[in-house]
Amino acid sequence: MSLLKSRETVLGLAILLLLALIYSRFPGFVRPASLARVLTDTSPLIILALGQMAVILTKCIDLSMAANLALCGMVAGLMNMAGVPLPLILLAVIALGAALGAFNGILVWKLNIPSIVVTLGTMTIYRGIIFLLTDGRWINAHQMSAGFKAFPRTVYLGLPVMTWIMIVIVAGFAVLIYRTPLGRAFFAVGGNPHAAVYTGISVGRTQFWAFTLAGALAGLTGYLWVARYSVAYVDIAAGFELDVVAACVIGGIAIAGGAGSVAGAVMGALFLGIVKNALPVVGISPFWQMAISGTAILVAIAFNARGQGQQGRIILKKAEQRE
Amino acid sequence: MSVTSEEPRGRQIPDRLTSPLRKALSSWELLLFGVAVAIFIANSFASPWFLDPWNLSDASFNFTEKALIAFAMAMLIIAGDIDLSVASIIALTSTMMGLAMMAGAPMPVLVLVGLVTGLVCGAFNGLLVAGFGLPSIVVTIGTMSLFRGISYIVLGDGAFTGYPASFAYFGQGYVWWVITFELFLFALFAVIFGVLLHKTSFGRAVYAIGNNATAARFSGIRVNRIRFILFLQTGLMSGIAAICLTSRLGSTRPSIATGFELEVVTMVVLGGVSILGGSGSIPGVVIAALVMGLVTFGLGLLNVPGIVMSIIIGALLIGVIALPRLWSMWRR
Repeated sequence: MSLLKSRETVLGLAILLLLALIYSRFPGFVRPASLARVLTDTSPLIILALGQMAVILTKCIDLSMAANLALCGMVAGLMNMAGVPLPLILLAVIALGAALGAFNGILVWKLNIPSIVVTLGTMTIYRGIIFLLTDGRWINAHQMSAGFKAFPRTVYLGLPVMTWIMIVIVAGFAVLIYRTPLGRAFFAVGGNPHAAVYTGISVGRTQFWAFTLAGALAGLTGYLWVARYSVAYVDIAAGFELDVVAACVIGGIAIAGGAGSVAGAVMGALFLGIVKNALPVVGISPFWQMAISGTAILVAIAFNARGQGQQGRIILKKAEQRE
Repeated sequence: MSVTSEEPRGRQIPDRLTSPLRKALSSWELLLFGVAVAIFIANSFASPWFLDPWNLSDASFNFTEKALIAFAMAMLIIAGDIDLSVASIIALTSTMMGLAMMAGAPMPVLVLVGLVTGLVCGAFNGLLVAGFGLPSIVVTIGTMSLFRGISYIVLGDGAFTGYPASFAYFGQGYVWWVITFELFLFALFAVIFGVLLHKTSFGRAVYAIGNNATAARFSGIRVNRIRFILFLQTGLMSGIAAICLTSRLGSTRPSIATGFELEVVTMVVLGGVSILGGSGSIPGVVIAALVMGLVTFGLGLLNVPGIVMSIIIGALLIGVIALPRLWSMWRR
């Protein structure tokens, strides 16, 4: 546990260092109002990173989250055009997202297909369905009702609703992960699947719930995304699944499953969010962002691997030394 | 082999081995080949333009470049690793060739730059995975961002155009009649990789690593060296694919070859390679490449939009793995 704590400390220090660097070039970025804007802008990434964290904890990966988000966002937009009231839309996108996630989960659980294959496939299928629904047409701002667009941006107590939703989800997710049997099962399944079976935990069922949870979060984020940017089309959030995985990896969620923390995932997402928002401010071309997040992923995994003990391989290392 | 009347106890031992012919008839490759023939026949009925040799020759472009990478990727996946950065290696390689072209490099130098860039990218992946023992899936997700990110830094929203005319041969030239240079490369590398994987000790070592890396290590196989070579090889093939693609398009944008990694992995898995490593064959990948090429070409003739084709490719990827498992569940 002390090791986990120290990893989060390092990440926290890295974020502070990043902010200090930005401060030296452009002090205005570190004002509370500006930081709050960064937090709001990063909210979708944080919410998705939590869902991805649950999936990664169980030794799986979900590459279809961004496609799920885009499909649910489009459905939210279409329902809004059809005049469906907002609470119903919210329920519908969460249910649809959960169903799409559950479809991934069923394939992983019942047919035992590796998650990377399943979600590589569903990633293109979900995005393709958007095209089938709309024939490639866009839903633009003027086609959306005012209430639909305004909800995530309404400010309560100094922060927009979108940020409050993110904060509630982070808190709820922390309770789920640390204080419920399902949350403990996520860790158990990823840490040692065989041991998990002997303690009466179904590995497949746990993975199924992780995918369903990730899907529900992606579905909700789909509405938030479309309402905030006031546009929906086939390619929204294209490539976002990689940012989500990156946030988890940077946050110290072990890709082999079983280890990681909510604080880590949130900070990993914040790190990427700060980089993304700071680049234009300090006068670096936004085209640098992709290379920077790539480098951040590589540094983070190298750092994670250093901290992890690998008792299972000690014999092999001795053999290698004789080479 | 004598047939005994005793009931086998414990593990079921068959009375006789399955004959090679029977084994071949029930193989994944033959099933896939049947699918390819069926699609071919269906396509030739669906569109009167399908059977034209020049049309078929043009259609081969939609799988040759991906298949070149798929051969190397198949070996990598059989050994239990994966490389998701191949499309980004293409982007970076193409960008480097563009830079060389702007500096006035002649055609042979462009090719050399392409090959070297591919090798360097592969070596970088290999060093991180085999050298430092990091998991290949996250390493290559990282380098996927990094390599394409460098292209974006160099090019921004611009593009390199104006490659020399002699460079066009790799993507647009014909070796003989309707046989394009890319199709020739496809056949050549199919044979090279087929021999390498199925007829050499290196190939046997790849299977051994994929089935049990620890056991392979104890039987004297230099596991990490071979994994490094496999990444190097994947980088090289991505470099070759980048040369062909850049030559065919005649320009470089940082978004070049977006999504290729998905289609390459689909091709490999469709070809019967286990995503968990340890089994698969090059002939399977060759037929899978043909199946995917025929499907996309046939649908293209029927005016099906590209994104609908990608749904079908995605469904194909899940379907070919799910159906046999559903079948065996249903029979039980």
